Amino acid sequence: MSAPTTLFDKIWNEHEIHRGDDGSSLLWVDRHFVHEGSHHAFGKIAERGQGVAEPGLTFGVADHYVPTRARQVGIADPAVARMVDTLDRNAATHGFRLFGLDDPRQGIVHVVGPEQGLTLPGLLVTCGDSHTSTHGAFGAFAFGIGATEVAHVLATQTIWQKKPRRMRIIIDGALGVGVAAKDLALNWIAKLGADGARGCAIEYAGSAVRALSMEGRMTLCNLSIEGGARCGMVAPDETTLSYLEGRPFAPSGEHWEQAVARWSGLVSDPDAGFDREVVLHADEIAPIVTWGTSPEDALPITASLPDPERAGSEAQATRIRDALAYMGLQPGRPLESIAVDQVFIGSCTNARIEDLRAAAAVLAGRKARVPGLVSPGSSLVKIQAEQEGLDRIFVEAGLEWVASGCSMCVGMNGDIVAPGKRCASTTNRNFRGRQGPGSRTHLMSPSMVAAAAVTGHLTDARALLAGRL
Amino acid sequence: MAGWTHFQGLAAGLPVENIDTDQLIPARFMSAPRSAGYGGFLLHDLRHGPDGGLRPDFPLNSPEAQGASILVARRNFGGGSSREAAVYALVDAGFRAVIAPSYGDIFAGNAVNNRLLPARVSEEDAERLLGAMPAVLSIDLEALAITGPGGLRIGFALDPVWRLKLINGWDDIDLTRSHAARIADFAQSRRATQPWLWPSRDPTSSPESG
Repeated sequence: MSAPTTLFDKIWNEHEIHRGDDGSSLLWVDRHFVHEGSHHAFGKIAERGQGVAEPGLTFGVADHYVPTRARQVGIADPAVARMVDTLDRNAATHGFRLFGLDDPRQGIVHVVGPEQGLTLPGLLVTCGDSHTSTHGAFGAFAFGIGATEVAHVLATQTIWQKKPRRMRIIIDGALGVGVAAKDLALNWIAKLGADGARGCAIEYAGSAVRALSMEGRMTLCNLSIEGGARCGMVAPDETTLSYLEGRPFAPSGEHWEQAVARWSGLVSDPDAGFDREVVLHADEIAPIVTWGTSPEDALPITASLPDPERAGSEAQATRIRDALAYMGLQPGRPLESIAVDQVFIGSCTNARIEDLRAAAAVLAGRKARVPGLVSPGSSLVKIQAEQEGLDRIFVEAGLEWVASGCSMCVGMNGDIVAPGKRCASTTNRNFRGRQGPGSRTHLMSPSMVAAAAVTGHLTDARALLAGRL
Repeated sequence: MAGWTHFQGLAAGLPVENIDTDQLIPARFMSAPRSAGYGGFLLHDLRHGPDGGLRPDFPLNSPEAQGASILVARRNFGGGSSREAAVYALVDAGFRAVIAPSYGDIFAGNAVNNRLLPARVSEEDAERLLGAMPAVLSIDLEALAITGPGGLRIGFALDPVWRLKLINGWDDIDLTRSHAARIADFAQSRRATQPWLWPSRDPTSSPESG
């Protein structure tokens, strides 16, 4: 009889090649995703005269720098063009698969991997991007790494890791209408802090998590990093299997049967111990918006802005004061009174088909009072949305429907929010200048962004959804 | 790269929480080749005003902070994006150590991979240090201690694996090479028992899911 084990430990144990005397472990990597921003790492292995150890487990995706408009005419900015060309060249040199700018499957790496069936339960997944935690939605151990580590994975298909502490977030109950996975995530991050889960591998459990679609689970796991976690994961179940079956790179036939049999063991044993456990109740969660410059600066839409005079410490008061000053906001004002200049629907957090449907449910038959950009999570999501007529809803509302990429979430491709402008955004970071120098970002779910577009200010989407869902 | 055990340098304070990696280096600078030097990008949008000039009220712009090689900050330093360029910006600007109560995980790992020390201290000790800035500090990786003027002595926490890496200047790829045979065996057995872990579908086949 083996001791009760967590889902995380089961995956960890299966990947451990060697454990050093110092307690760090050498782990096998099943999937390594690279993007244009991985150029430093390719430079590092080139310097050492090394190749890619497992090109068949390495997958390139062009997303961070790609233009979202007028792709057919090429990339105007030479620095951006060089980034995309370098990835193409590295894929050709090292012989790994590339979902490049011209590939019909191109999109954001954390949307493309799952969509193509590359992300599977029980895998260890790395990528030089912090939102790699997204892939944990499938019951994979997935985490972002830096350039030196990317070079290490390229050269050896392994990575050194110290075992994180195990944390379980249990969310029971049912989400209200107009409340989404984004709200679950921002809720726990606001409660525990942007470093609240530092050093932890999170397993999300409970009836509210079980009830989420794969898209919702990906949003929840995606934001794990915003609470400081190493990774987030959800044990695979029927929802996972029905999402995966038939995906292009997923196992098929006899291999599918073998895989499913193996995945059935990917669950935390009933008596498995966690270093930390947090219990939340879905019924109590309202739609959430951020007001400051860290994802922990999040409140229910029904609340008012915090007052630094009432902060618990001087450091906290300073932080609130600085954040409000940067955001151009006064303490005590109701969140719903904050006017926005524009909206953005996109990113690896919230640009999958279900997210676009949620935004469209609010926007259908309505006009946006402010301009906005809608960038689907992948080129295949774009096609699907167009087949469902969602693009027409966005365009008729007055929003711009563009191609897929990281776009205005990170602003590397030139899609930016102008200095001092306020953007309601489905993205993951409200950091200073994240969407462009001087930009002011409020994070929220797709239906909340759509509601802000319709009214021109932060708005409780539930009122606009009455009779629609 | 060479390791290090002792370091003495001028420390500057940045009394701010949640200095994320987007602050350490804004995204628009990251397409530059490293050879160009990343030091000028460090904290660019906090250091500069909208007109492009240096903000005199920003702590690192004060004349006393010039030449600093140790940075003291508040909690959750380096959270956010995995961009190692955030560490390049610090290192290229001459920093050898950061002292703060907590760090973004990925940032701290990246720091160690570039010989930059992420020393963890208590909230109280961070405030004590911030109150004494700028000052010359000595850092001892063997003793895990920071010393400064007026008998100031503060212990810091550092993962033992990272401590050894910094002291010995180890490079992970070289270290891993010594396990090459074990890795090859592992891969072979994994492939034999779970062949489906290596996707075989021709990437040029139909993009539609079946």
